[in-house]
Amino acid sequence: MTGWAIPLFQRELRLAVRVGGGAFVGVLFFLAVVSVIPFGVGPDLHLLARIGPAILWIGALLATLLGLDRLFQADRDDGSLDLILMAGRPLELVVLIKCFAHWVATGLPLVASAPVLAIFLNLEPNAMGAVTLTLLVGTPALTLIGAIGASLTVTLRRGGLLLAVLVIPLAIPVLIFGVSAADAAIHDPVPFLTPFLILCALTLITGVIGPIASAAALRFSSN
Amino acid sequence: MDLGPHSDFIISSYAICFAVVLGLILWVRMDRAKLEATLKELAARGVSRNRSAEQKPEASGQALND
Amino acid sequence: MGILNFANPTRFMKLVQLALPWLVGLCAITFAVGLYMSFFRAPEDYQQGNTVRIMFIHVPAAWLAMMCYSVMALSSLGTLVWKHPLADVSAKCAAPIGAAFTFIALVTGSLWGKPMWGTYWVWDARLTSVLILFIMYLGLMVLWRTMEDPIKAGKAAAILTLVGTLNLPIVKFSVDWWNTLHQPASVVRMDGPTIHPDILIPLLVMAAAFTLLFFTLHLMAMQNEILRRRVRSLRLRAASTARPARPSSTIQPAE
Repeated sequence: MTGWAIPLFQRELRLAVRVGGGAFVGVLFFLAVVSVIPFGVGPDLHLLARIGPAILWIGALLATLLGLDRLFQADRDDGSLDLILMAGRPLELVVLIKCFAHWVATGLPLVASAPVLAIFLNLEPNAMGAVTLTLLVGTPALTLIGAIGASLTVTLRRGGLLLAVLVIPLAIPVLIFGVSAADAAIHDPVPFLTPFLILCALTLITGVIGPIASAAALRFSSN
Repeated sequence: MDLGPHSDFIISSYAICFAVVLGLILWVRMDRAKLEATLKELAARGVSRNRSAEQKPEASGQALND
Repeated sequence: MGILNFANPTRFMKLVQLALPWLVGLCAITFAVGLYMSFFRAPEDYQQGNTVRIMFIHVPAAWLAMMCYSVMALSSLGTLVWKHPLADVSAKCAAPIGAAFTFIALVTGSLWGKPMWGTYWVWDARLTSVLILFIMYLGLMVLWRTMEDPIKAGKAAAILTLVGTLNLPIVKFSVDWWNTLHQPASVVRMDGPTIHPDILIPLLVMAAAFTLLFFTLHLMAMQNEILRRRVRSLRLRAASTARPARPSSTIQPAE
């Protein structure tokens, strides 16, 4: 199985990095969203520190959503998606590998930039670390859930907004437990591990459901 | 020389500035080296801006051309 | 007119190649003098102690960040209005350098702010508008890289740059319009500088050094960009004149 998996992963990674911006645009959008919030909410540093983890999580979610239509759209446009479907490899595994490559190329840079953006929101170091850790565990879940929406909208010309609308309801549990875990690290009563382990579980669940649902949607769209 | 209680901040400021400037210089120079290597390789392959240099002698099997 | 001499890329490359060694040498000397003065001649500030030395890179970097954008704005005018052939090359190459200087200004300002004012970041007008400037630089860099054709990318970037020029006066005057945390203008003011010459002189020397550095890097980057476009047109030409592949076996006529 690894014979085709690694070349596919490398292909996806190379395409994601080379074509039009990739990780850079995602991080830039993350920065832009985090910069815009204080304009709306006001520059009060205590308020920003309190809602900081939520701002970072929402920013990461939006940045991931925007990058998701590159998951299948480019392949569909030049025909490689049909070739992949006809190649006879297990489609669920193909989707899983594509999602992993997409996460490494766009999700991981978001996680890496979170500590820097946390400075803008006046977060304490332990809050910074907690948010980064929850993002590290939670952004793969966002990508996997997003794959479902991406494959449902792959046939549409302007599927971008619809993709976001479809994905957000499914991503809400991940958001809830991610912010909850980050907040738990700051305020004492709730232990950090409780929501954090549930977040890990969510990622693992989406690791199974995401590829299965996405593969089914791709098969429907190709018929 | 003693920079006082906040010497860490002073030193790291200058260090970051130095690192960024060094990064810029390295980027420009490495980019130049790569571009010149590419131009040399293209010239070696016979690709040039002169139209006359592109008329290569025809090999056999013209059937597929034109 | 002088500018028209630079319109021919080949001539430009030659002129820059002649000027570069002088620029590099002058830049190195100015930096050496400036750093010496910053550390060994400038006195400690009576309030801030030695951390005032951060100012000797923070302020020039901030000035350069704005000057860089002005260069990009002028180049954009050159592209759209006068259609100067090298104007978009100049704009494209100024963007990463300007972004780097803005980054230095933001980081050194942050490191200066922590010991002095107790926080790495605060959303006051000056810091926020410089952060917006940084985001605009990065956005322009992305725009340049997403469009394939450099000429079209140049026009699009020129429009975006000119629209964004509105931010420059906001950055400059923000400390005067909104009195929050960042120090008000003390050098470029209507009544003249309010800084003591012992600190002003090293500051100006460092500013000159940074300016020379910008011009050196900018011209070198413009040379690279001209080479890059040469490579691109050579590759396009090679692709368009390539002979189609020959079959490995000869064609048999149908029996």
